[in-house]
Amino acid sequence: MAIDCLVLGAGQEVGKSCMVVSINGKRIMFDCGMHMGYTDSRRYPDFSLISKTGDFDNALTCVIVTHFHLDHIGALPYFTEVCGYKGPIYMTYPTKALAPLMLEDYRKNMDRRGEDEQFTSDHIAECMKKVIPVNLKQTVQVDKDLQIRAYYAGHVIGAAMFYAKVGDAAMVYTGDYNMTPDRHLGAAQIDRLQLDLLITESTYATTIRDSRYGREREFLKAVHNCVAAGGKVLIPTFALGRAQELCILLEDYWERMNLKVPIYFSAGLTIQANMYYKMLINWTSQKIKETYATHNAFDFKNVRNFDRSLINAPGPCVLFATPGMIVGGFSLKVFMQWAPSENNLVTLPGYCVAGTIGHKLMSGKLTKIDLDKDTQINVRCQIHQLSFSPHTDAKGIMDLVKFLSPKHAILVHGEKPKMATLKERIQSELGIQCYCPANNETVTIPSTHYVKADASGTFIRSCLNPNFKFSTCSSTDKSYLDSNKSKAVSRLSVSDDRATEGILVVEKGKKAKVIHQDEFLHMLGEKKHEIQFAYCFPMHMARTEDLSSTSHMLCSFDKCTLISRLSMILSDELSEGNILDLGEELQVESFRVSVCSSDNCPHRLSSSLQNGSESVFFCCHWSVADEKLAWKIISIMKNSTL
Amino acid sequence: MKFTCLSKGGGFHFPPCHMLSVSGFRILLDCPLDLSSLAIFSPVPIALEAHESLETDSVVRKKQKIEKTLDANDLVCAEPWYKTVKSLHLWDASFIDVILISSPTGLLGLPFLTRTKDFSAKIYVTEAAARIGQLMMEDLVSMHMELRQFYGPEDSSFLQWMRWEGLEVLPSELKKIASGTDCEELGAWMPLYSAVDVKDCMRKVQTLKYAEEACYNGTLVIKAFSSGLEIGTCNWTINGPKRNIAYISSSIFVSTHAMDFNFLGLQGNDLIIFSDFSTLDTTENMENDNTYCDPVTSSNASDDLYNLEEIAASLLKDDESMEEMEKLAFICTCAFDSVRAGGSVLVPIDRLGIVLCLLEQMSLLLESSSLKVPIYIISSVAEELLAFTNIIPEWLCKQRQEKLFSGEPLFAHVKLIKERKIHVFPAVHSVELLTNWQEPCVVFCPHWSLRLGPVVHLLRYWCSDPNSLLILESGDDANLALLPFKPMAMKVLQCSFLSGISLQKVQPLLKALQPKLLLFPKDLRCKIQISEANTIIHYSENETLCMPSSKESTEIDIATDLASQFHWKTLKQETVTRLDGELFMDQGKHRLLSGFRQADSKQHRPLLHWGSPDLKRLLTELSKMGITGTLKKNMDSAESKNAAGIIDIDDPEKALIDVRETGTVIITADENLASHIFKAIDIVLDGI
Repeated sequence: MAIDCLVLGAGQEVGKSCMVVSINGKRIMFDCGMHMGYTDSRRYPDFSLISKTGDFDNALTCVIVTHFHLDHIGALPYFTEVCGYKGPIYMTYPTKALAPLMLEDYRKNMDRRGEDEQFTSDHIAECMKKVIPVNLKQTVQVDKDLQIRAYYAGHVIGAAMFYAKVGDAAMVYTGDYNMTPDRHLGAAQIDRLQLDLLITESTYATTIRDSRYGREREFLKAVHNCVAAGGKVLIPTFALGRAQELCILLEDYWERMNLKVPIYFSAGLTIQANMYYKMLINWTSQKIKETYATHNAFDFKNVRNFDRSLINAPGPCVLFATPGMIVGGFSLKVFMQWAPSENNLVTLPGYCVAGTIGHKLMSGKLTKIDLDKDTQINVRCQIHQLSFSPHTDAKGIMDLVKFLSPKHAILVHGEKPKMATLKERIQSELGIQCYCPANNETVTIPSTHYVKADASGTFIRSCLNPNFKFSTCSSTDKSYLDSNKSKAVSRLSVSDDRATEGILVVEKGKKAKVIHQDEFLHMLGEKKHEIQFAYCFPMHMARTEDLSSTSHMLCSFDKCTLISRLSMILSDELSEGNILDLGEELQVESFRVSVCSSDNCPHRLSSSLQNGSESVFFCCHWSVADEKLAWKIISIMKNSTL
Repeated sequence: MKFTCLSKGGGFHFPPCHMLSVSGFRILLDCPLDLSSLAIFSPVPIALEAHESLETDSVVRKKQKIEKTLDANDLVCAEPWYKTVKSLHLWDASFIDVILISSPTGLLGLPFLTRTKDFSAKIYVTEAAARIGQLMMEDLVSMHMELRQFYGPEDSSFLQWMRWEGLEVLPSELKKIASGTDCEELGAWMPLYSAVDVKDCMRKVQTLKYAEEACYNGTLVIKAFSSGLEIGTCNWTINGPKRNIAYISSSIFVSTHAMDFNFLGLQGNDLIIFSDFSTLDTTENMENDNTYCDPVTSSNASDDLYNLEEIAASLLKDDESMEEMEKLAFICTCAFDSVRAGGSVLVPIDRLGIVLCLLEQMSLLLESSSLKVPIYIISSVAEELLAFTNIIPEWLCKQRQEKLFSGEPLFAHVKLIKERKIHVFPAVHSVELLTNWQEPCVVFCPHWSLRLGPVVHLLRYWCSDPNSLLILESGDDANLALLPFKPMAMKVLQCSFLSGISLQKVQPLLKALQPKLLLFPKDLRCKIQISEANTIIHYSENETLCMPSSKESTEIDIATDLASQFHWKTLKQETVTRLDGELFMDQGKHRLLSGFRQADSKQHRPLLHWGSPDLKRLLTELSKMGITGTLKKNMDSAESKNAAGIIDIDDPEKALIDVRETGTVIITADENLASHIFKAIDIVLDGI
């Protein structure tokens, strides 16, 4: 009856996303990432917290990976091949296809850095064999009780938010997502779901971004100016994601401006990655999908493979080189050659980790970079920083939380102070209980549970008919009263009491049953006993009217005038209820009032008898449901004159 | 629940069509076209004299011919009409709530429905089937337009051939196709829809992925599961509050291209509608009626298999797909022999998956030899179709998906087109084709009953060449289809492909699915006896079956946090409580959740009372509250036993309580007193 969330990574930080959630006896690991900032044991989540004995197969029902970024998948080969997890692993088709490229690229880089190898190429291949690919919105029955489903998340190709349901409890883990479409991907999309828990990323917990159009134009202008002046443009990127997005942008611009300057991809993974992108076109944005038959957007016309001999070739060009952030490898090699010329341009797309050359270039104007003791690079080239990110901003996070309206929310994958701000906003603006746990902490929240009962046909049928009650309640909310700011907010409220006509009957040894109240008495074999209230009292008459002294002989026409006059008074004074004028009778919900002409009306209390010449008797009756309303009307009637 | 089989269809290209009524919703399963009846029309005539065949003098000539064998002049020489499912027209299209389309061929008749006035049904189709079906319809419309250019704009008069005189002169064979045995099928003929109708139809379609949950009206949860027959084809599960239904269309356990038959997804449904008629067509395998029941006895072997995994494993043994691959290999060697002898090969086959596999195997075979023979694909939609097949890894079989993961194209044709080993042209008269044309060659093109499109021209061109080879899917109508091209010197290879669940696998499949109730075609009854289902109901065309609902009452889920706030009351045998909160209908489930009202705003008060109050007890209860009164009068004590009377109250205020057999009236001027009296009465009465 509770959901336990053990945060193994990305708690109050960005990196090594890993969350283990236990719902109704099932245990799911969402993401299995590594931390790029560490080289020791802190780079992996602390798997020993899942199972002391290392028996992960029994400790976990399944592993779900949201997308192919290393901080979400980097620890997976280690977990399956070294730690020995053999259970099912789920990810989307593109993630399964592209993850090995990312892992392999990382592994190679790691070799170069001379660190001890944590997993091998074979490990990656073996690990990927265990992965079960899923399509978007495909409802996967992991076992008898656990159901999972992927929803489009934008961010990178194949990124997904995952919905998991066990019994009556349900939750969503978003992974990274983007609520606005970019050049090649659509915006995140999800159904309105009944959720107990939402676990969302919060990278940009407090940032609100403007449109990306302006920033794209800025980028294209910078590139164009550089190549027009005969310069070379270096764009250091990682193989997947950003490279394709920028390439579509450039390709499109090249076509429009009829530019002939070559665009090169360094002989890394990018050309190979384009092959995958072409087959996975269904996972991109609508615009790109529509044109696949005539022209596949990832069939780049102006893009060529880069040969090392071209580094010092004359003439302008644009080069995408791996790895990003200029951490080393080929992009560094090219940078060393091109940086000394002021004609050239280096464009840094996205975030650069502290300590990399990319980070140094971003942090300010500098003319020299010391690579190591012996090498120094003169930096005279222009530096352009791209600021579009595939993460949602604060507004997007709030929109998603509001749209899903979960009972509880957990923030991960963000910076601690910003997360605290967002948490406050979610709690105060949306009234949703929110948590941002640190690594290795566990959050426990209650989960929904249902009891089952059989419902009778009469009850179901009566529930099919709407039974709306409209009332304008001049709000005397307690909160206002407390703060002594008794605002009279008049708003229309709609209530529908269909369900309250049902009665739940539990008998020993039998299944609980819901029946309609009309059936209930029949079941008991009893007769209904109706309790009503009645009151017959005089109301003051204005003297202006020349009414005959024999008021008890009022003709029906006069009764109607009196009733309609009363109706006018009530509609002025009464803020709620629906007043029905039925000729000789007035009806407000169950409250009925009519002119009483009988002197010995049983509903008259003798003491209230007054001089009858200036007043007329009204007989009222009502049932208990409208008690408050009835007394309100009576007091209005007593205090006014007809 | 009601079920009516509108048509059992006719093979792969004309799937069955049914009408289903569940939870008050009317569901149409598939909406196909009977394309084989297109064969009664003559293809575009070559010479002018053929055009006059329906002139009155030729009628006389024709009448004399009736007893003779059919020849090309007997065919109806007019702009073709298309035959839809005849019984579908007896239903009002505006009353259909949901349409489920299981395959691209099941989509072909849909524009006829969607263009009707007041059509409002929700149409569910898998993404891949919708795209392929749309391309097929676009091709049909454009090929029809080509033919229509020959006949010119249609005159408004009723079609000559459909008149009695027209039908009378038709040879009996054609007449039977045109009007059925009792002329009841004449109404099924329709002039073709337009390109706009197709576009409009596709706009109304809601596409689904495999195993995506679509919830219709909060009541029916509809899911598509792969059937393995072709790319995008599916079986359906329909889960309502009172019944779980699985609809099994023609399915193939292990496919060479499409995603395999996901029969495990169909588990847990109490009713199965078995609608795989494919074994009806494969009668040539067992000519003798007496042996029909043999497969059943042979299936005893599978009785030993008790657990699900064993059954599943036996069903998934890929002996069938091996057989299919061998067939394809045989076709390729025949084609190879033909081109080696200098004859061209024409392959008018409309099964996308088979064509894609043939392309791969044939080019492999040609490559291994030194022969430089080009492969042409001629179809107005071929380019798009081929591009589409390479971006849908999610809809393909495991082996093809592996290609995605290793970064290779899903089908080899991408590479072959790039290497210019396969050439794709939109039409026979396209300039690129004329400049590239080279014989011998292998040509793939759409079938359209050999009446529309490039196949007509190519058949005319090659039919007298004894070296050439025509590869056709076999069917009863092949003879009629080839009629206009006779006498044929061209060789013809007829082959049949696996198009459904084989008889031996029906029994183990049902054993794995364990339905309580099975709807099974009457026509297949003599072929197989089923012992697995608790109840079997046999259905036949145009017979409505009513099935009583399996559950009497509806189940309702009450959230525990809400239930814990209920005010329970114990009666003699049962504990009861009035419900609260709001009732939702979602995913076919009734759910009672706590509403948005604050709990404190609503005071708990019984709204319904029964029995009659004991007046003495009432007085004591009142006095406990500090209210004193006297029992004023008993209204005729003889008539009413104990319950009638008036209680007169003077302290703290004046009030009257008028108690009668069926009700009580509280008369007072004071609000507080009134509610106290009510409370007192509530104590002495039973209420909720």
